[in-house]
Formats: sequence, structure tokens, C-alpha cells
Amino acid sequence: MRIVVASGKGGTGKTTVATSLALVGGESVRCLDCDVEAPNAALFLHPVLDRRQEVGIPLPRVDTARCTHCGKCAEVCQYHAIAVLGQTTLVFPELCHGCGSCTRLCPEGAISEHLHVTGVLEGGLTADGLEFARGLLQVGEPMAVPIIRELKRWPPRRRPAIEIWDAPPGASCPVVETLRGADFALLVTEPTPFGLHDLKQVVGIARELKIPAGVVVNRDGIGDQAVDAYCADQGLPILLRIPMERRIAEGLARGRSLLETAPDYRPAFQDLLAAIQDRVNAEYAR
Amino acid sequence: MKLVISIAGDSLQSPFDARFGRAAAFCLVDSDTGSWTAHANPALEAAGGAGVQAAQCVAGLGAQAVVSGAYGPKAYASLSAAGIAMHLAPGNAPRTGADVLAQFKAGELSQAQAATQDGRH
Ligand code: SF4
Ligand code: SF4
Repeated sequence: MRIVVASGKGGTGKTTVATSLALVGGESVRCLDCDVEAPNAALFLHPVLDRRQEVGIPLPRVDTARCTHCGKCAEVCQYHAIAVLGQTTLVFPELCHGCGSCTRLCPEGAISEHLHVTGVLEGGLTADGLEFARGLLQVGEPMAVPIIRELKRWPPRRRPAIEIWDAPPGASCPVVETLRGADFALLVTEPTPFGLHDLKQVVGIARELKIPAGVVVNRDGIGDQAVDAYCADQGLPILLRIPMERRIAEGLARGRSLLETAPDYRPAFQDLLAAIQDRVNAEYAR
Repeated sequence: MKLVISIAGDSLQSPFDARFGRAAAFCLVDSDTGSWTAHANPALEAAGGAGVQAAQCVAGLGAQAVVSGAYGPKAYASLSAAGIAMHLAPGNAPRTGADVLAQFKAGELSQAQAATQDGRH
């Protein structure tokens, strides 16, 4: 079962929820930090990272001796990452998505591919025995999506019963990539107008990908009732409410997970995990 | 010689458009005879790589030189590879493609020696 924890923006407590859920699942879980531009789940899970792999984009390289400047590659590239200008064929690495179309379609076999390293994958076990892995996008590299894709494909040590994928903040391509193939989207929000605005965006993505979703309201009590009303209206179950509590905020600021600071929340997260499992199973039974 | 001027309309009398990759159209002018044709910029809707696409369009028109207000790094690299001279008509003063053509003919325009704006992905 693959659960994505997402939120429209940063700072809603998404990682707190994802790591807490992972910790109650223990050894049956693999947790992936898909926020490859600013991964921070490891801060709360303390894994021993002992696996590492470089990943990147297969960039085309043109053999000038074979290229006839026919223009086929430029025609097929929807990203304009390869261009034929007069007697020169240029590749723009910053635009290339590594899709391989140009290589396949070059009639002269003039294009080969080489890996342009844009990030690394790192993985290891936590003290609780749960498997953790994250992707790190190299500074200055524009494309997060290929790293997320590779991270999700990285073979686990053992097949986990539960995958928990901590999505990047926002509602753009990296979030869509993280959600792809998930069985459930757990959406973390705050009961404020901003929270609601961002929630609507991720709900839109989940709906488009036909992924069942549920909501966690974090810092419950700080805002208004609009998130509740929206969820009721949309038939989105609110699966957990975490009240605004000073001790939690202080613990997180010191790099301690929610469950370390407030072990009394453990049953609530166990229930949350069970509720998600029930919903996914019900979905498949339909 | 065949010259391309970036314009915000569909004729030589249209306003000059200073953005190369994002110009509405390109006016191809024969600087000797004054005859011209207008061509929509295919890169206008491009999410990324507008400079490359616009440069390919200009190269495809058979131009030897281009006049615009600024060139991003990818447009610069592409136009250089195609051997197309890049001229700069600086400033924001409102003027038409024909005005810019006159400036070009009078030798008032300098050539870009490097990309003159940051490209955006
Ligand atoms: S398709 Fe192949 S031969 Fe044709 S221009 Fe591209 S690299 Fe050269
Ligand atoms: S690999 Fe794909 S994106 Fe990259 S240049 Fe070739 S066709 Fe374009």
C-alpha cells in the first residue's frame, strides 16, 4: 500500500505527519522523502544512511561526424532542448528531460546518451528498523521530477507492506510525480484561508489522478471552520486533528519527532494508519 | 541582406518588440529592396526553450541578421551557431519596425557580443 503525504504549501506539518505515520508502522514501512529540493524527514527519523546512488538525466550527445543536420531530432523534441542551426546541432542540457526520443529517431544513429548526474539517492534503516530513502537534487539543477521518479523506483531491501511517500510542498510537477501510482493521498492542512486555498489545489491533483484522499487538520483551533465545511462539501474525510500545542512546536524546533515529544499521540497515528488501510482496502473491494 | 526584426504585430509598421524569444512576430525584411513578410513567433506559447525555438524559426527564414532588444543565453548560443548576426536596438522608446530598419541601415545599431538577459527555464 502506497500512501502519499502532501500539502499545498510548506510548513503545515506534512513531514511531521509523514514521519509519525512511518514510525507507528515500524518495520513494515518504507518511508521516502520525495522533497528532493529540501529533504528534512531524516532529521526526525535519524536513519543510518549506508546506501548511495547517483542519478540523473540521460543527455544526448551528437556525433558531429555522423550528423547530417537533417533536423529530425529538433522536430521530435517537445522541449526544444536540441536544435539544428545551419551546420550545427546543439543540445541544451538545462532544457532536456532525457526522454530519449531524439536518440531513437535519429536516422543516422548519430546520437548517444551519457548520464548527466543531477542528484543522489541515499537510503538506510532507522533505529526502529524502518527503511528510509531520500533523493537530493544537486544545487542549481532545475529538474526535481527525474530524481523523484528514480527514488520511487529504487529497489527496497525487502518488500515493504506500507510505503509512505513524503511529497514536496506545492502543487506543481514534483507533487504530481510523487502522487503517481499512490493508493491514498493524505493531505495535511491548517484551518486557515491559506490552508484551504492550498488544500483545494492538491485535492484537484489527487482527483485528477483518481487517488482517494483524506485530510489531517494540523494546528486545529487556530483558524476558522472553512476547511471543515469544504471537506464536508467535497466528501473528504477528516482523519485526524492535531491541536495547536506549544510543546509539539518546541519539540519539532529541536529536531525531535512528534512522537518523541508527545508519545500520547501514538494511538492516534495507529488509528490513522488503520483508517487509511481500511479505506484503501474498501476501495479495492469495490 | 535578409534581416529579421522582432515586432509586436503583423507588419513592418507594427511596434518594435524588444524581447526576442517572446516577441509576437518576426518581420523578415530585404534591406536592399525594402520588401517584407511577417511570421508569427512559434515560441510564443512555449513553456521553456522559447529562445531556442525562436532562433530556429529565424534561421529557417534564411535571415543573416536579426534586430531585437535582448537575447537570452540559449537564443544567443543558437543564433551564433546559425551564423546570424545579432543587433541591439536598446531602450524602451516606442517605435515601429520601419523605424528600427532605418536605424539599422544608418549603422546606428551595435551587435550583441554576449547574451544580454538571463534566460528563464
Ligand atoms: S536527427 Fe541525427 S542526423 Fe538528424 S540532425 Fe539530429 S543528430 Fe543530426
Ligand atoms: S532526450 Fe528528449 S528532451 Fe532531451 S533533447 Fe532528446 S528529445 Fe529532447
